[in-house]
Amino acid sequence: MFKSLLIVLACFASGSLNCIGQVTVRVEPANLQGPRALSEQTSKAVVRDYLQAWQSLASALEENRPALLDSDFVGVAKDNLKSTIQQQIVMGIQTRYQDRTHDIQIVFYSPEGLSVEMTDRVDYEMQIIDHGKVKTTQHVTTRYLIVVTPAEVRWRVRVFQAVP
Amino acid sequence: MRFRLISLIGSIAAATLQVAIAQGGMVLPKTIEAGAAFSIQCSGTGKATLYIVGPGQVLKREVQLGAPINFSAGSLYIAGHFVVVLATDNSTQDGSLDVLPLQKPAELSFLAKPSRLQVGLHDGITGSVYVFDVYHNLIDTALPVSFELTTPSGAVQKHVVATRNGSAWTAMDSTAQQGIDKFSARMGDISSTRIVGQVPGDPCGLKMTARQSGQQVELATDQIRDCNGNAVPDGTIVTFTETYTGSQSTVDVPIKHGIAEAQMPSHAGAMITVASGVVLGNQIRWEK
Repeated sequence: MFKSLLIVLACFASGSLNCIGQVTVRVEPANLQGPRALSEQTSKAVVRDYLQAWQSLASALEENRPALLDSDFVGVAKDNLKSTIQQQIVMGIQTRYQDRTHDIQIVFYSPEGLSVEMTDRVDYEMQIIDHGKVKTTQHVTTRYLIVVTPAEVRWRVRVFQAVP
Repeated sequence: MRFRLISLIGSIAAATLQVAIAQGGMVLPKTIEAGAAFSIQCSGTGKATLYIVGPGQVLKREVQLGAPINFSAGSLYIAGHFVVVLATDNSTQDGSLDVLPLQKPAELSFLAKPSRLQVGLHDGITGSVYVFDVYHNLIDTALPVSFELTTPSGAVQKHVVATRNGSAWTAMDSTAQQGIDKFSARMGDISSTRIVGQVPGDPCGLKMTARQSGQQVELATDQIRDCNGNAVPDGTIVTFTETYTGSQSTVDVPIKHGIAEAQMPSHAGAMITVASGVVLGNQIRWEK
C-alpha cells in the first residue's frame, strides 16, 4: 500500500536565496532491509532530526561556524563538514544552501536499533560567495545516502553523502 | 569601402573571440573516483578563478584559461556532488561533477549484539555492517560481506550477504556449547571481529536429594546443568522452600562447585521444593 506523507515546514534559513519560507518534504513508505520493525514514532523522529540537520548545515556553511554542526552531526559527516568550513575560511568563501524539496525513504534499520539509513532525493539551491560577492547560484537535484545514529535526545547524522 | 568591410569583419571576429573568452568553455569529467587525478579544460585566454564546491570539500584555484587545469591524485576525495564554477571578472561558467567512492573496501563498521547471551537461541546474535573506502566514503554499490560465527568447538556458521546502499546485516544462532565465540565480518582482505560470550541457559532437570543430619534435614542438588549439558555457573541462586503446617521457610544459596546445598529444620510431613529462577525442580515430602 503506497502511502506518503507530505509535510510543509517553515523555512528557517535566512539570506538572499529568495527563501519563500517553505520546504516540501515527502516521506515514502519504508523499504526496509532488516528484521527490526520501525515504529512510526521512530520514523518521524529520524526524519525530523535529519531535516533539522539541513538547517544546521546551511547555517554552519554560510556563517563558517563549525560549532553549529555539533548538535546534529557526528563522526565522518561532522568531520567532513567541519573540514569544508575550515577550507572556506582559508579561501574567503561562504556557501549558502537552501533545501527546497526532500523525497525521503528509510531503507535500513539495523537489528540492534543503533542506526537508520535513508535515501533522500533533494532539491536545493546553492550560492557560492567569495569575499562577499556572489559568484553563482545553482539549482541542484541529487540523491543523498544518510545514516543517522541515536544520541542522548536526538538522531545525529553520521553519514551524509550524495550519490549519482 | 573595401577597408570598411575588412574592418567590419575584423570587429565581428574580435567580438566572437571575446564571447568565447567570456564564456570560457569548460570541459570536465562527469564523474571521477575519489582521490583520482583529473583535469578540466577551459577555453579562452586570460585569468579566472575555478571553484569546486560541495558540502564535503571545497577547492578554489586561480587558473589560466586555455590551458588544462590538472588536479593531482588525492585532491578531491570526498564522495558527493560538486558544483564547478569558472569565474572571470565579468562572467561565470557552471558545471558539476560527482565523486564516486572507491570500489575497494578499506573499513568495515561492524556492530554485533549482544555481547553475551544464552546458548541455543535462534537468531539470537545479530550483526550489521557499513562498508567504507579508504577515504571513509560509504560504498553504495552491492558487495558481498561474509559473516562468520566461530564457536569454541571450531564449528562455523557462515552467511554471505550482499550490501545494499552500503549496508548489510545477518542473524546467527547461538550454539549449544557455552564459551567465547568470534563473530566476524569479512570483505576481501579486511575484516572486523567481535567477541560474543555464550553462557549456559536456565537449569534443566533440577533435582535435589535429602538426608537426615541431627535435627536438620540436609538438602543437596545434583550437578546443575542447562538443557544442553552446560554447567550452570557457580553463584547462581538456588532456592529451597519448606512448607509445614501452613508456615513456610526459604533458604537462598548460591551454586558452589556445580551444586547447591542447604540445611533446613526437620519436620515430619514437611513439603520441600527446590527452584532456580523460573525453573522449578523436584519436591520431597519429608517423613522422618
